[in-house]
Amino acid sequence: MAQQNGMVEKRGAGHWLTHAGLILGVLFIFFPIWLAFVASTVTQPEIARPPMPLLPGGHLWQNYSKALTSGINAPVALMLFNSAVMAIGIAVGKIAISLLSAFAIVYFRFPGRHLFFWLIFLTLMLPVEVRIVPTYEVAANFGMLNSYGGLILPLVASATATFLFRQFFMTVPDELAEAARVDGAQPMRFFVDILLPMSRTNIAALFVILFIYGWNQYLWPLLITTDPSMNTIVMGIKQMFPSGDDLADWPVIMATSILAMIPPVLVVIGMQKLFIRGLVESEK
Amino acid sequence: MASLTLENVRKSFGPTEVIHGVDIDVKDGEFIVIVGPSGCGKSTLLRMVAGLETVTSGTVSIDGRVVNGVEPMDRDIAMVFQNYALYPHMSVFDNMAYGLKIAKTPKPEIEARVAQAAKMLQLEPYLQRRPRELSGGQRQRVAMGRAIVRKPAVFLFDEPLSNLDAKLRVQMRLEIKTLQRDLGVTSLYVTHDQVEAMTLADRMIVMNGGVADQIGAPLEVYANPQTAFVAGFIGSPPTNFLAPAMLGQSGDGQIGIRPEHVRLAPSGQLTARAAYSEALGAETLVHLRGPNGGLLTVRQDAGEPIPEEGAEVSLDWDVDREMRFGPDGRRA
Amino acid sequence: MEKRVTFKGVWLPLLLVLPQLVITAVFFFYPAGQAVWQSLFIPDPFGLSMQWVGLGNFEYLLSDPYYRASFVTTAVFSVLVTVVSMGVALVLAVLADRLIKGSGAYRTLLIWPYAVAPAVAGVLWMFMFNTRVGVVTWYLGQLGYDWNHVLNGTEAMGLVVVASAWGRISYNFLFFLAGLQAIPRSVIEAAAIDGARFWTRFRTIVWPLLSPTTFFLLVVNIIYAFFETFGVIHTITAGGPQQSTTILVYKVYADGFVGQDLGSSAAQSVILLVVVSILTIVQFKFVERRVHY
Repeated sequence: MAQQNGMVEKRGAGHWLTHAGLILGVLFIFFPIWLAFVASTVTQPEIARPPMPLLPGGHLWQNYSKALTSGINAPVALMLFNSAVMAIGIAVGKIAISLLSAFAIVYFRFPGRHLFFWLIFLTLMLPVEVRIVPTYEVAANFGMLNSYGGLILPLVASATATFLFRQFFMTVPDELAEAARVDGAQPMRFFVDILLPMSRTNIAALFVILFIYGWNQYLWPLLITTDPSMNTIVMGIKQMFPSGDDLADWPVIMATSILAMIPPVLVVIGMQKLFIRGLVESEK
Repeated sequence: MASLTLENVRKSFGPTEVIHGVDIDVKDGEFIVIVGPSGCGKSTLLRMVAGLETVTSGTVSIDGRVVNGVEPMDRDIAMVFQNYALYPHMSVFDNMAYGLKIAKTPKPEIEARVAQAAKMLQLEPYLQRRPRELSGGQRQRVAMGRAIVRKPAVFLFDEPLSNLDAKLRVQMRLEIKTLQRDLGVTSLYVTHDQVEAMTLADRMIVMNGGVADQIGAPLEVYANPQTAFVAGFIGSPPTNFLAPAMLGQSGDGQIGIRPEHVRLAPSGQLTARAAYSEALGAETLVHLRGPNGGLLTVRQDAGEPIPEEGAEVSLDWDVDREMRFGPDGRRA
Repeated sequence: MEKRVTFKGVWLPLLLVLPQLVITAVFFFYPAGQAVWQSLFIPDPFGLSMQWVGLGNFEYLLSDPYYRASFVTTAVFSVLVTVVSMGVALVLAVLADRLIKGSGAYRTLLIWPYAVAPAVAGVLWMFMFNTRVGVVTWYLGQLGYDWNHVLNGTEAMGLVVVASAWGRISYNFLFFLAGLQAIPRSVIEAAAIDGARFWTRFRTIVWPLLSPTTFFLLVVNIIYAFFETFGVIHTITAGGPQQSTTILVYKVYADGFVGQDLGSSAAQSVILLVVVSILTIVQFKFVERRVHY
């Protein structure tokens, strides 16, 4: 009986129940994606007559090439490109301005430092969703509708990234900056030669998160792009549904959904490795 | 090569003054060690010489030039940090070469200087490694190498050995001393370890509460401490302090007597009860409880008799070994 | 916490913070100020001039049954999304933590929906429950249950909750698993030696030690449910039927862009701003405490 006491000993039925529970969870997570994948490999009539098959069909190539090259409103290849520009633009932009301002607030004592810090903090309380109409007006006044600048810039200011780098810079030993000063490094030289290379794991980890954040944006591109050729893929899917009672082109829509998931999923798989590298790095 | 002079140097952090006016005159090529307990201001003093802290008042001069407002890099100094402060993402070579690169030294010369330093420090096999791939002693050497390649006028050492284990510390102590002799560079070295201070210094400065209590050659400081603090801080086991009244003398203050100067004798100036002894091989330290309950220590060579625990013994010493300190702690 | 070392200079640091300052001013503070300003006006029917109404927009909103209903909807929705996603994630994390080997493999399998956009998750679930072609709808029909979230508000709510919670399980799972693995094995073994069985151990030791993680996730998930589920709602129900899934964020959008009622939309923005501020403050108060643990 003692053996059933648990965590320490995991054998017999309990062990298999644990696996069964986890497999159930994995199936719950995977089922919607599996169905989408199956739907992207069959023909429209197969879906239109429920129930649709639960195993992939033979039209994968056909559906995906149709989606990529012509899509419904705009070729999905173009939307993928727009999404990539937006996601990379947001991630790079956020990281760049956050690195600079975190460097300034950690390594300098300048007038207005505390005020600036609090201003950044306040932006945490202003997600796009609560200021959509006026932000839209600002972007419109700048002529940023249907432009990459309009997709990227309003989302670039980031309190979280600034705080993260500030936090990291705080843990960099003071002696390194002192050694650099004794070695004759000016502030920007120290920033480029020492601080940036030391932050690369943090930069990479943050890039992963911000890339996904940018890629998955929905509301903002929905407002700012009216021209289908500027649509991002995540918001473009919804635009593929017909407005009336017509039957949606499910195979193409589902192929697009799968395509919309692939880049961020690949990045997440990369992130796992990054986590491990980050751990090893801090171990030294 | 240069001389280094501190004149009435003071430092305040906000309203609190932590260095209360220190004067030091370091001659060209001299090795000066500043020793003191933590919080005595020794590191702050060193950092002011480096230019990493501003000087509140007084002057710091290197080779006759006042450097109070001069940036660290323009002071012609090099510094070895307690945690080495090696750039973790750079190879050993790049760590040593970084300052020279910034100074736009020609590449062949950088290579020659790094090679020379690496040879001196036996770092040649490790030049392409990263700091984290090195042992503690090797990292310590890289930090030294980084200081050497700059060929500075003054070396500054901020407790450079305190992160090493005891055995390595002895070895590196010797290496630092040899290196400094060979290079002949004026050096200022901060430590809390009196053994380091005694063994390395040409002259040592004992600091206490932001004041330089005594400056002098190690043995002179040991033999002739100017304050009760110095007498208590320098020397291990520490000096015994007794109230004059215990010895039938008049006056305030205290009388210091070093453990090695006290003998166990059939009759003497003081009786005490043996509490416990520590046999260290070549010597044995006998700890005794004095008449007022305070602990006293007597050093006995190996082979000399050791009293039983609880035994009553008499302590004797030559009167001229007594060090008399006034109520202000100064030597009377 | 302050750095001991600092560099000298005033212009360089100001230059360094300038980009962030400009973007924040133009795209954050100015629009937020505009929202506050606009909330005090109503435009005339032709959109040519604005009329000062003071707090009129707020009074109108707070007496508007639709807006009040949207508050309730948001509360129900957020609580359900949080409970479902955290509950499932906790169970999975506890199971994965029981494994000595293989928890890494399950982690890899479970975390990647984190990368799936809420809007895409919405499309996936909408497809499964589609009234015409949905597989689940069809099988439910075979069982005699007539699923129709287009007409039935409760079913619509259920669907957006599950779709929103689904993508969130990964995130919660990661944090719960990390929290569980941070509990020292020796504590649990000591409890086992004391005779506590699995459930007792969980209740008296694991759960209390996990509470910092749980509280953190609670706040973060509520914020998620409030602001990041717009995509799910917009793709699956568009707020319907009869506004039964119109959460506050969706209503700002619907009134501002679809209904073009700028004054009301701005007033809603201001109310949301207050809500986010409260949530952010709660979050930070907590994060501060967590640091001190």
